Amino acid sequence: MTSQLFIQYLFAGITYGSIYAIVAIGFNIIYNTTGIINFAQGEFVMLGGMIAISLHTILPLPLAIGLAVITTMIIGALIEIIFIRWLKNPSVLRMIIITIGLSILIREAALHIWGEGVRSLPYFNGNEISTIRIMGTNISPQVLWVIGVCAVIVALLSLFFKFTSLGQEMRACAANRLAATLCGISTKNMVTLSFMLSAGIGALAGCVVSPITYTQYDGGTPLAIKGFTVAVLGGLGNSMAAVIAGLLLGIIESFSVSVVPLAFQDAISIAILLTILFVRPHGLFGSKEAAGLKEF
Amino acid sequence: MLKIKNLEAGYGKLRVLKRISMHVDTGEIVTIIGANGAGKTTLLYTIAGIIKASAGDIQLLGNPINQTKPEKIVAAGCSLVPEGRQVFSTLTVRQNLILGGYVQYKKNKVNTDAELQHIYDIFPVMQQRENQLAGTLSGGEQQMLAMGRALMAKPKLIMLDEPSTGLAPLIVKNIFEIIGKLRNAGNTVLLIEQNAKAALAIADRGYVLETGKFILQGPSEDLLVNRDVQRAYLGREVAV
Ligand SMILES: Nc1ncnc2c1ncn2[C@@H]1O[C@H](COP(=O)(O)OP(=O)(O)OP(=O)(O)O)[C@@H](O)[C@H]1O
Ligand SMILES: [Mg+2]
Repeated sequence: MTSQLFIQYLFAGITYGSIYAIVAIGFNIIYNTTGIINFAQGEFVMLGGMIAISLHTILPLPLAIGLAVITTMIIGALIEIIFIRWLKNPSVLRMIIITIGLSILIREAALHIWGEGVRSLPYFNGNEISTIRIMGTNISPQVLWVIGVCAVIVALLSLFFKFTSLGQEMRACAANRLAATLCGISTKNMVTLSFMLSAGIGALAGCVVSPITYTQYDGGTPLAIKGFTVAVLGGLGNSMAAVIAGLLLGIIESFSVSVVPLAFQDAISIAILLTILFVRPHGLFGSKEAAGLKEF
Repeated sequence: MLKIKNLEAGYGKLRVLKRISMHVDTGEIVTIIGANGAGKTTLLYTIAGIIKASAGDIQLLGNPINQTKPEKIVAAGCSLVPEGRQVFSTLTVRQNLILGGYVQYKKNKVNTDAELQHIYDIFPVMQQRENQLAGTLSGGEQQMLAMGRALMAKPKLIMLDEPSTGLAPLIVKNIFEIIGKLRNAGNTVLLIEQNAKAALAIADRGYVLETGKFILQGPSEDLLVNRDVQRAYLGREVAV
């Protein structure tokens, strides 16, 4: 393999890997406050892209993206308030089935609103053929947008959880729901907030990646599978590990193209997921003890 | 301070508390003793709003709180130090305490630093461990942290669920001394204990709970010399 090709594969891997990481972090945020896997996570990414594309017909790009993120956050909050909040001591299985139902519902609604067509946002800088030279290779500037925005999301989230009062309350809720309640924290509000956060970061990721991968009503499902693989790979609930795991999966996938046909790319992540579930169900970085404490 | 009338509560179809009535006056230490499974924890959870009462009344400072959400009950001045401590093990001691002061912070929008120092004065060891993760504290330290966290909310009534469980005698003594100091500082305490002797020694009044009913109640001195109490809870052989 030439070094040029190597770098191109590497950047492609990091690009997809960043998106997988964001989807995985979305899974983790909700998992940490509720103990459930929200299978509608991929749909948030699709919704973000679709709404931004529609808004961009009348609004400038940054405004369209901003509004799309906010709208998706509101949808995330509504979903939680309407379908999850009022349940009294719901079982984990019941909540998971609800989120699977929701993902189907959102997908069908998107099909009705936007049709089957493939759409995309324009490139943020230049167009599909503009490139920047990095390490002797030509890279699309949009790739840098994806990587940069994902890095900023991760950095802001970790600042939020470390230094803000709200972030601390969410962590308290994740660490011990009963104790959080006894401190006077409304755990229900924290759950709503976690759905909003996950929806927001998913939607933003969906916007930046739209010019590269395009947006389609059913584009969320494969992303959810990849994101879930990454979340499990990193150890459920562990967001920093999800970043590493996401980049790892992205890079493995992208280099696999040189070994196996493109059509097998998705099979690779499923194979990785199954292998991990068999061999290290607590993830590459998580500890067995920590995994044992969780509800699964 | 706290008034309970004909309270019934349980889990699903299981009725644990059967028409219980009791009260705690301001400035008192009241203790509830009873065997495992008698329903002591259930009673505290019901007062704290974690479990909803199926019948009866609970009044805190004259206001009914049967239907109040648990987080509102904390804000109203009633804090529970739960059985098994339940510290936030992934957060530091300091973060745990600050979260305990959440209701005060929300009410007054001022920093809880003064209150934090007050807690450190009561539990000096907490200051030394300030930046340690709560999960790595010893059992006794976790109990102190759990109490400190509850005190951060400046409760009028503090409820303690078996604070001495699993602790060495010296630490137990320390914890009971602190409970005594809390009362002297004007707090009202509802104390649940397996260690009936120590609890009755410090409390003004006591209730004896057996399978969801109070079978005895009265001033601590009376309970301490009561034959049934001595036989069942103080492990003393009593000549008949
Ligand atoms: N979450 C629950 N679901 C169903 N039943 C429960 C639950 N928690 C407690 N119980 C039952 O309620 C009864 C009273 O339990 P509770 O925890 O109040 O007892 P306790 O007096 O606090 O005992 P201990 O001294 O062991 O802490 C027990 O029979 C117990 O099995
Ligand atoms: Mg108990």
